[in-house]
Amino acid sequence: MGILENAFLKSLWVFHLATGSCNNCDIEFLDCLTPRHDIERFGMLLTGSIKHADVLLVTGAVNRQCIPRIKRLYEQMPKPRLVVAIGECALSRGIFVHSYNCPMPLDHVIPVDVYIPGCPPKPEAIIAGLVKLIESRKAQTTQGKP
Amino acid sequence: MQPLNDILKLLGKETLIPVSAASLTFLAAPLIGLVSVMVVSTILWVSNMDPQNTFVGDVIVVIYLLLVPSISIVMGGFASGNPLASLGASREMKLILSYELPFILATLVAVIQADFSIRLGDILTTQAQNGITAASWSGGLALLIAVMCTQAKLALVPFDAPEAETEISHGVLIEYSGTLLAAYRLMKNMLLFSLPFFIIIVYLGGVKLNGLHLLYGSLEYVALVAVITLIRNTNPRLRMDQVLRFFWGPMTILAIIAVMLALGDY
Repeated sequence: MGILENAFLKSLWVFHLATGSCNNCDIEFLDCLTPRHDIERFGMLLTGSIKHADVLLVTGAVNRQCIPRIKRLYEQMPKPRLVVAIGECALSRGIFVHSYNCPMPLDHVIPVDVYIPGCPPKPEAIIAGLVKLIESRKAQTTQGKP
Repeated sequence: MQPLNDILKLLGKETLIPVSAASLTFLAAPLIGLVSVMVVSTILWVSNMDPQNTFVGDVIVVIYLLLVPSISIVMGGFASGNPLASLGASREMKLILSYELPFILATLVAVIQADFSIRLGDILTTQAQNGITAASWSGGLALLIAVMCTQAKLALVPFDAPEAETEISHGVLIEYSGTLLAAYRLMKNMLLFSLPFFIIIVYLGGVKLNGLHLLYGSLEYVALVAVITLIRNTNPRLRMDQVLRFFWGPMTILAIIAVMLALGDY
């Protein structure tokens, strides 16, 4: 594993995108930033600008209004970039599965690296998911894949 | 190790240039800031290690070069063509206007105490002979003002309106990514060393590089950074008009009193 890749995994900056969720997942994610759960010990930092971000955290069902905006935000993220889907709505549309306004789950719009299920997932589950993201990426790079 | 990891990671990231940006200025601004901090660190170390071997007027050069990083942030903000970045850049410009006058007056105190010499070497030798600047009434007052101005120069809370993360999402830096953002981060981190080091040289007699003096010098630096961090963690963000009122009101008046005290040999 190269120096740059190592540094990348130790300093993942996170951009939080809520695509019209009910705010439960957002609250649970914001709990991760508090001193009690503290994801900053993994070098993660919440950024306000998508241009600084390495990880796009998406919460909420992907509705028609949001699809072009999600695509645009994903394109604005500098490579290498990762996407994490948080909550049942982003994973599989949750209770909105029959809604006229939610045509597809998130991974039909942009590639998703980690799925964190739950309605909402506990902060511990979100941390576990993010750690799995780091571990899987480490495993990929040690096998020689980019 | 976290700042190192952050900068290394940013070096490995893609650099995006917005369509609406003035690309040449956008690319040049972070490098101008970084280079000026490097030059100022070199001047400070040379005058600290060899006070006899400095040139006349280096105090003015140092003050000027310490201003350039802020100006590079203004340049980069306006060049990136983002409304939030422009807002941040205009705030940074007002911040420069507010802190620069008390900062220069505070440095003037040390110049007056060194018999009106504008050489860092003379300021250091005067302090070696007559005791440190901060031990006098005028010097202590000037040190206080310089620490507040350092806080503003580093754009830390309570003077972080140009980069207010929660309000205008990083403001001037919003469009910067990859290597250019790394240059800005590196510039800020180097400034966090250079500015306290400048204060140590001008007010606290510099760092002598032998034995116990080296320990004292390091402790002085750590104490200054602790004070800066303490101010940052115990204050809310000020509005721009409050910042202007703070620096042009109490700080400038205190600085003028300090200069008058220094002229009266206190």
